[in-house]
Amino acid sequence: MNELAYNAAFFIFAAITVASAIGVVTKNDLVHSALLLALCFIGVSGLYVLLQADFLAAVQILIYNGAIAIVFVLGTMLTRRSARHGTNDTEKNIPSRLVAVVSGLFVVVTLGVIATTPWHYFGEGVVEDTPSLIAQFILTDYMVAMEAAAVLLLAAMIGAIVLAKGVEE
Amino acid sequence: MFNQYALHHAWLIPLLPAFAFIFVGFFLRRLPAVAGFVSICMSLLSFILSLGVGYGVIARQITVDNPLVQKIPWVSIAGFQADMGVYVDPISAMMLVVVSLVALLVQIYSLGYMRGDNGFGRFFAYLSLFAASMLGLVIAVNFVQLFVFWELVGLCSYLLIGFYFNKVSAREAAKKAFITTRIGDFGLLIGILFLQILFGTLDFQQLAATVPTYVMQHGTALLTIVALLIFLGPIGKSGQFPLHVWLPDAMEGPTPVSALIHAATMVVAGVYLVARAFFLFSVLPDAMAVIAWIGAFTACFAASIAFTQRDIKRILAYSTISQLGYMMLALGVGSVTASMFHLMTHAFFKALMFLAAGAVLHALPEKNDIFTMGGLRHKMPVTFAAMTIGVLAISGIPPFAGFFSKDEILLAVAQVSTPLYTIAVVTSFMTAFYMARLLIVVFCGEEKPENQPHEAPLSMRIPLIVLGVLAVIGGYIPYANNFGDWVRFGAAVHEGIDFSVAATSTVIAILAMCLAWFIYGNGMVRSDKISRRFRIFYKVSFHKYYIDELYLWFNHTFVDGFGKLLYWLELHFVEAILIKVAASLPVKLGNVVRKSQNGNLQRYGLVMFGAMILVVVWLVLLNPLFNGVAGGAY
Amino acid sequence: MIGMAHFLTVAAIIFAIGLYGVLTKRTIIGILMSIELMLNAVNINLITFSHFITPEALTGQVFAIFTITVAAAEVAVGLAMVFRVYHDRNTVHAARLDEMHW
Repeated sequence: MNELAYNAAFFIFAAITVASAIGVVTKNDLVHSALLLALCFIGVSGLYVLLQADFLAAVQILIYNGAIAIVFVLGTMLTRRSARHGTNDTEKNIPSRLVAVVSGLFVVVTLGVIATTPWHYFGEGVVEDTPSLIAQFILTDYMVAMEAAAVLLLAAMIGAIVLAKGVEE
Repeated sequence: MFNQYALHHAWLIPLLPAFAFIFVGFFLRRLPAVAGFVSICMSLLSFILSLGVGYGVIARQITVDNPLVQKIPWVSIAGFQADMGVYVDPISAMMLVVVSLVALLVQIYSLGYMRGDNGFGRFFAYLSLFAASMLGLVIAVNFVQLFVFWELVGLCSYLLIGFYFNKVSAREAAKKAFITTRIGDFGLLIGILFLQILFGTLDFQQLAATVPTYVMQHGTALLTIVALLIFLGPIGKSGQFPLHVWLPDAMEGPTPVSALIHAATMVVAGVYLVARAFFLFSVLPDAMAVIAWIGAFTACFAASIAFTQRDIKRILAYSTISQLGYMMLALGVGSVTASMFHLMTHAFFKALMFLAAGAVLHALPEKNDIFTMGGLRHKMPVTFAAMTIGVLAISGIPPFAGFFSKDEILLAVAQVSTPLYTIAVVTSFMTAFYMARLLIVVFCGEEKPENQPHEAPLSMRIPLIVLGVLAVIGGYIPYANNFGDWVRFGAAVHEGIDFSVAATSTVIAILAMCLAWFIYGNGMVRSDKISRRFRIFYKVSFHKYYIDELYLWFNHTFVDGFGKLLYWLELHFVEAILIKVAASLPVKLGNVVRKSQNGNLQRYGLVMFGAMILVVVWLVLLNPLFNGVAGGAY
Repeated sequence: MIGMAHFLTVAAIIFAIGLYGVLTKRTIIGILMSIELMLNAVNINLITFSHFITPEALTGQVFAIFTITVAAAEVAVGLAMVFRVYHDRNTVHAARLDEMHW
């Protein structure tokens, strides 16, 4: 792969992701936040592609953009009052600067850990046809976990329905 | 053959009444007839076994020097070994016979006395337990076993004195008996612990073997204190001064109980303990002197109180204290023989008198002042005869039982100390006087028209007759058969009758009885005149030397005062300062910490993540050890 | 050359942004969105490690799939709860839901 193109792609996707993430938490309007969240997800899926996880990139688009972001928008609309403005305010009782400092510290510390940890690279192996490989994993080694995830999803679905519908008293 | 069996199954003797207690107490309480039958059968069996033991002791030539001891280990831990067992020697065999006989007779008597009482079954259960505890005490092989049964006896006395527990005075008397004897028991327990520390064993035989050498090596100072501590137990149990106050109040129990407590069990336990531990006391002259003087003083002191009492049972109670003082005196001057002899005869005539008094009270319910009785001899001839025998016996008139034993005591005392002898003789004068007073006032004189006495029923007359016979012959027969050869400590002593001592005591007793007759019988000297002339003495004696009041005053002043002081401290120091501080500190601390617990999730999250970052910084970036581990993972 | 550290850095930044959002947003929906950001950061990490450290095994990717599953379930239940709370109290402000403290 052309290295320059790769680098450029990384920075573009990283910029999209980070910028839209910042937008998600700073925008005052929930609908804006939701849309920016969708954009952020697209950026993340681009990063997945750069990491040669093409299947996951597709899953990311399908699930996050196709389902989660849409659900957020729906939720926003269902709980919205008259004005859209101020639906996603920052809480006033929270010292947001302190939170910003803590978050910044988090990044610094994480960078420190990344820098000091002696990673052992295995070079960049190229995997062809990741979907079939993942499918093999899921249906053999991770069979039980997969079934558990299915049960979890079912439970979540039933729980969500019950919660949203309300129990007859 | 039978005595062989009895000797080797002597452990059955306390066990049979104990079974009776369990059966009657737990299963047969609602069936009075069965309860009485079972209890009496068990007592009878135990009496027959005791007789077998007594016969076996004589037949097998078991003396105090070679007792028959059977024991099994009971508690065995490092440094402490206690057995349960049977200690058969002439002393315990004599006690077994006396105790089981009196218990049996008292139970038969109770059949009539307690007829129709609601607590009939309960009463027999307690009586059985009482007998079992006392019999167990008698055959104890060591101080631990003795103490266990000693406390059981105390418990039974509590239960029986407080038998009419819906009567306030009975409850109070029961508590008084229990607590007062507990003071003595405390000393006894400490003494026993001291013995364990000093000698490393509590077994009677082992102690008897080691005590003399110990005294030779270490002197008597410490051991005297230990002995006096042990003696505190008998002081409480046997109603010696100054812990005698519970005994007169113990009259609140039913009269058969009084007979049992005063004649055969409970009070003689103390005397028996001293006799059993005589190997200890006999080597400690100071302790012996204390015992002798306490005994003599108690004898005289109690007799002088009995002088003026009006309650028939109280007079008998004080006479018991007085006679127990005699026994202690005999022990104090070193004569186990005299003491045990008197214990036995006293058991007979005192049980006799109590049962006779019970018959009187049974005939005249709701009365106990002797001056409201009178002239009962016509309607109650058997009771009258029984009481007369008892009075003659206790006064020491030959040939009744008390004469021989009292004479033996006086003789032993006369050889040791003249002052003690004088006290003993004066006491015997007083004894004869107040006992004659009791007899004359209750049975002679005019009949009171408001009284409707009747003779006691058969079940009550039989024990009276049996005990009456024993009170007559119970002195001469042992005397003639060399009682002192068997029941003794050290070498056997053959005293014979010293005629100067015997004549003195007899003459004095007869004089005292004549004096009583003149005062109370034919009214030659008016009793109220005497009491007016000697007003102070009368009052002091009537109020029992104000001992109870003194104890009450002490209680009110010191114990209650101390309580008040503690209460004040509690109010003004503990509660005001300590508790307030202790309570306000967490509140203040909580107010500080509460601010962080405001329920705001996001603030919690902030704190959590902040702390997490700090932990990561500390663990990963600053800690080289962890860094090395984390780095080595890949 | 873009290496592992770059991807990890991006993930860390996104995670920090999500953290900031979780701790400061007023409505529950905003908080849920921020949580999604954090989960995505984690997924990026997982796939990065999978790519650079165990390129043959693909375990990181499998793990990421499960994370996505859980995230989906979480959003579904979370939003249902938001509807419920909104229905009961007519508010979606986290600060008003403070029954957890004394």
